[in-house]
Amino acid sequence: MDEMTGENININEQLKEASTNALRCMQCGVCSSSCPSGRHTSLNIRKLVKIAGRSSDILKSDELWMCTTCYNCQERCPRGIDIVDTILKIRSISAYHNIILPEHRAVCQMLLKYGHAVPINDDYKIKRTEMGLEELPETVHKYTDSLNEVKELLTSCGFERFTEDNTDENKTMENTA
Amino acid sequence: MSNLSLFLGCVAPNRYPGIEAATKKTFSKLGIELDDLEGASCCPAPGVFRSFDKTTWLTLASRNIALSEEMDDDLLTICNGCYSTLKEAETELKKDSGLKKEVNEKLFETGHEFRGQHDVRHVIEYLYQNIGVDGIREIVSNQLDLRVAVHYGCHLVQPLKEAGSGLVTNDITFFDELVEATGAKSIDYEDKMMCCGAGGGARAAVQDATLRITEKKLQNMIEEQVDCIVNACPFCHLQFDSGQQDINKNSGTNYEIPVLHYTQLLGLAMGFSPEELGINLNSTNTAVFIQRIKEGFVTA
Repeated sequence: MDEMTGENININEQLKEASTNALRCMQCGVCSSSCPSGRHTSLNIRKLVKIAGRSSDILKSDELWMCTTCYNCQERCPRGIDIVDTILKIRSISAYHNIILPEHRAVCQMLLKYGHAVPINDDYKIKRTEMGLEELPETVHKYTDSLNEVKELLTSCGFERFTEDNTDENKTMENTA
Repeated sequence: MSNLSLFLGCVAPNRYPGIEAATKKTFSKLGIELDDLEGASCCPAPGVFRSFDKTTWLTLASRNIALSEEMDDDLLTICNGCYSTLKEAETELKKDSGLKKEVNEKLFETGHEFRGQHDVRHVIEYLYQNIGVDGIREIVSNQLDLRVAVHYGCHLVQPLKEAGSGLVTNDITFFDELVEATGAKSIDYEDKMMCCGAGGGARAAVQDATLRITEKKLQNMIEEQVDCIVNACPFCHLQFDSGQQDINKNSGTNYEIPVLHYTQLLGLAMGFSPEELGINLNSTNTAVFIQRIKEGFVTA
């Protein structure tokens, strides 16, 4: 299935490294049976652990983003596999290869613009004053210098890569992953 | 100067200001004036941002902790998500000097430093350990005659190895005990420790699916005829409160369970009015609940 391009080898190596722990999995299914999301969504955490590190298909799997990180599976895994932490690492590889849901890209854009993932709006400014609170909370919302600091730190971490939709890279992934 | 600064996060100040007000009022009543954490940002949220890039996540988290350290304060959070981020960042940076150096190189550019000499505290954990169940019982002026569905939320207790609060034992009861210190009764219900559904970026990614988890919890609570849900996290609060409206709209159901953050429940027991605590600002209609509170759901 996978074409052995340079990009692809890179992704496979990264996935393998992120998932070494998952190789201990014996597919007992305790994870799935304790997964609240799995009971109500298509997430099958046992299958996800099985393919982690073995195929870059996992990066295209919607299920990767259905985990609520409740840690039930990780707490109960009889093999002590750090399942949620592995999921997080794989998500990070996904994000770095620009496979990002539009909803999550929007949350990243909020953080970069406002310093809050959930910023204030006019309705809630009114509700705050009705509560006897100041219109703006004592956060980056009120202090422009602080917001600029946050932006500076985000830039120094290269965070913009998650906020800009690089369609060309997306196409590359379509072809290789 | 107090020894605690209040970390607001995003959802409390920007969507549920009642939780912010209730926290300030109840702590003031306890004789603790919380310092404002001027210029704090998003924690940043563990679901999306930790998933995407650990360096970014750690850098912003350490800035928030540094702001609190600059005031010689421990940092108090009222949110499980913020607790997960800030406690984990604090723990990692305290034990990994290389990582701390790396983060501080970035922070120095903005005039801050993570020193790692203070602690991140969750409001529930703080109240339980520093004020104590008896301390709460003593300060309560109105005994609340309520059947409460306690929702711990995942990141108050998991992952167990990292929670580090010393409160996580085989039999987790600390939150129930604090609720019962107000006179209310914590009602056991099926899948009580289950997730609200919102975490891990799932609410943003697959909201309808997460609401199915939420609805299951709501059904289990209704089965036990509870008067309200009490949580320790504005994000769980949002998922239960605003989520009920979404479920009703999508499936023609009629869920109407009042949702309270613990600080709001404590506020009622201290004699503050539901309006002073912003309980009327929920998406789910709380008029009946408020009326019942006023008509003697409490006993002076």
